Amino acid sequence: MKNDYLKEKARKVRIEAIDMIYTAGSGHPGGSLGVADLLTYLYYNVLKTNASKPSWNGRDRFILSNGHVCPALYAVLAEKGFFKKDRLKTLRKMNGLQGHPERGSLPGIETSAGPLGLGLGISCGMALKAKMDGEKHHIYCMMSDGEQDEGVTWEAAMFAAKNKLDNLTAIIDRNKIQLSGPTEKIMPLENLKEKYEAFNWNVIEIKGHDFNEMKKIKTRKKGKPTLIIANTIPGKGVSFMEGKFEWHGKAPNKSERDQAIKELNKQ
Amino acid sequence: MINYEKLKASREGFGIGIVKAALENKNILALSADLSESLKLEEFKNRFPERYIEVGVAEQNLAAVGAGLALEGKIPFITSFASFSPSINWGQIRVSICYNNANVKIASSHAGITTGEDGATHQALEDIAITRVLPKMNVIVPADATEAEKATIETSKTKNPTYLRLGREKFPQVTEESEFRIGKANILKKGSDLTLIACGNMVFQALKASEILEKKGIEVEVINNHTIKPLDSKTILQSAKKTGTIFTVEEHQTAGGMGSAVAEAISGEGIHLEIIGVEDKFGQSGSASELLEKYGLSANKIVERIIKHKKLIQNV
Repeated sequence: MKNDYLKEKARKVRIEAIDMIYTAGSGHPGGSLGVADLLTYLYYNVLKTNASKPSWNGRDRFILSNGHVCPALYAVLAEKGFFKKDRLKTLRKMNGLQGHPERGSLPGIETSAGPLGLGLGISCGMALKAKMDGEKHHIYCMMSDGEQDEGVTWEAAMFAAKNKLDNLTAIIDRNKIQLSGPTEKIMPLENLKEKYEAFNWNVIEIKGHDFNEMKKIKTRKKGKPTLIIANTIPGKGVSFMEGKFEWHGKAPNKSERDQAIKELNKQ
Repeated sequence: MINYEKLKASREGFGIGIVKAALENKNILALSADLSESLKLEEFKNRFPERYIEVGVAEQNLAAVGAGLALEGKIPFITSFASFSPSINWGQIRVSICYNNANVKIASSHAGITTGEDGATHQALEDIAITRVLPKMNVIVPADATEAEKATIETSKTKNPTYLRLGREKFPQVTEESEFRIGKANILKKGSDLTLIACGNMVFQALKASEILEKKGIEVEVINNHTIKPLDSKTILQSAKKTGTIFTVEEHQTAGGMGSAVAEAISGEGIHLEIIGVEDKFGQSGSASELLEKYGLSANKIVERIIKHKKLIQNV
């Protein structure tokens, strides 16, 4: 898909995400807006998926490890036709879309996620299975930068390198904030690229809102897992949310929601 | 009933069972967190090297990788010590395995006080509690190596996340004449005075206790309650209604374990229940038999508890 098309899709995803979180009265707008471009690009230009056959074995697997940004994932899946868009308004309501993803509750959700650090290990298991059985699909795992604090992330990083899981691509949403402050203040991660390289990964850094740079997501290196460090701006697209850790996990009120939608409608 | 000739640890039965299960089903895998020898996986490793996965000393990732493999259709047995898995990785087990309903089998050895010389850190006394509270999880505690082998094979045929609790120490076999069905408790010995429910190594102690009590004129019904979840409430209630009194015995904290599961099942039925186990303490180094004595879990100690209770009743 061309960049203009992707831009329009990502804009719609952002509007849906803001509306969902506003209607729910709680949720995580910062990360959801920050990953909207990446998720749009992945679902329109990278992942082999089939909305009418969501469990088709040849599909690429997309594991969302930082489950709290699920409003953006739900919006992209609805946009792609995995389920009807009217379900988006049920976010965080009884019998509706879960506040953190639940496998089996919606087509296209590969794993439940919420507690951080769970996704990379699961992705390793999936990638290893594909290798064992000679299957050609690829496994993509999105993580937050905050969840690099979790020790299990590094256990999985070692495992992926040991097993030469070159059918695994992890993507870190490097927005430099976490719940209670900047990542470099809460628990410094830098130099993140060198850390993963030391763990024997193939690491590529991209601008996380630049569709041209996202072409690099398909880069592979034989015998090594690949990490894409996608530098993003949390709250991207809504001026008063951009770069603010305070918007990590807070719903907008009515006037903030209206202001956000107004801004997004102009883009 | 008790085969003193054949001394074997339940973990040895697991090692045999997983090989037999793997011969039947190519999807069965064994994952190890650097403890393959302790889990008796040598033969599995030799026969199915391509189905043996070493994750290193990383129990959290052990559970996570297991979940990923299971979501893709494999049947992974993730193996470690009961004091590390399911404890260090409980969060992974809760969400990635149980909430996902991933068909992962958690096989853990060195459960209970009979782990012995390694001491308290390695004597898992809380594992039944933290696994049985998880929705979708089955919890199985084989009584001996014979039963562990059968339980491993039967477990491999189900689709449920399952915790299989295994022991380090060799004991006589007590289930050679028993059938094994998940969720079906076995009455090993009939009796009318009281019901003694045991699991794991304690089944042997319970049978021995019942022999001593028999000589004192107390007829004990002994139940091997190998499946803690789903619990066979029917068999337990039927027996309890006949005898009016239940004693449970397990190598586990009295809080939250097998006895607690029985208490939940008989609550409101007017049945007297005493739970024998480790009472809110950590263990210590020692031989298995010394520790069983010290922590009140030997056949003799079980007999003492039951006689004390009988005397209390007679004095009423």
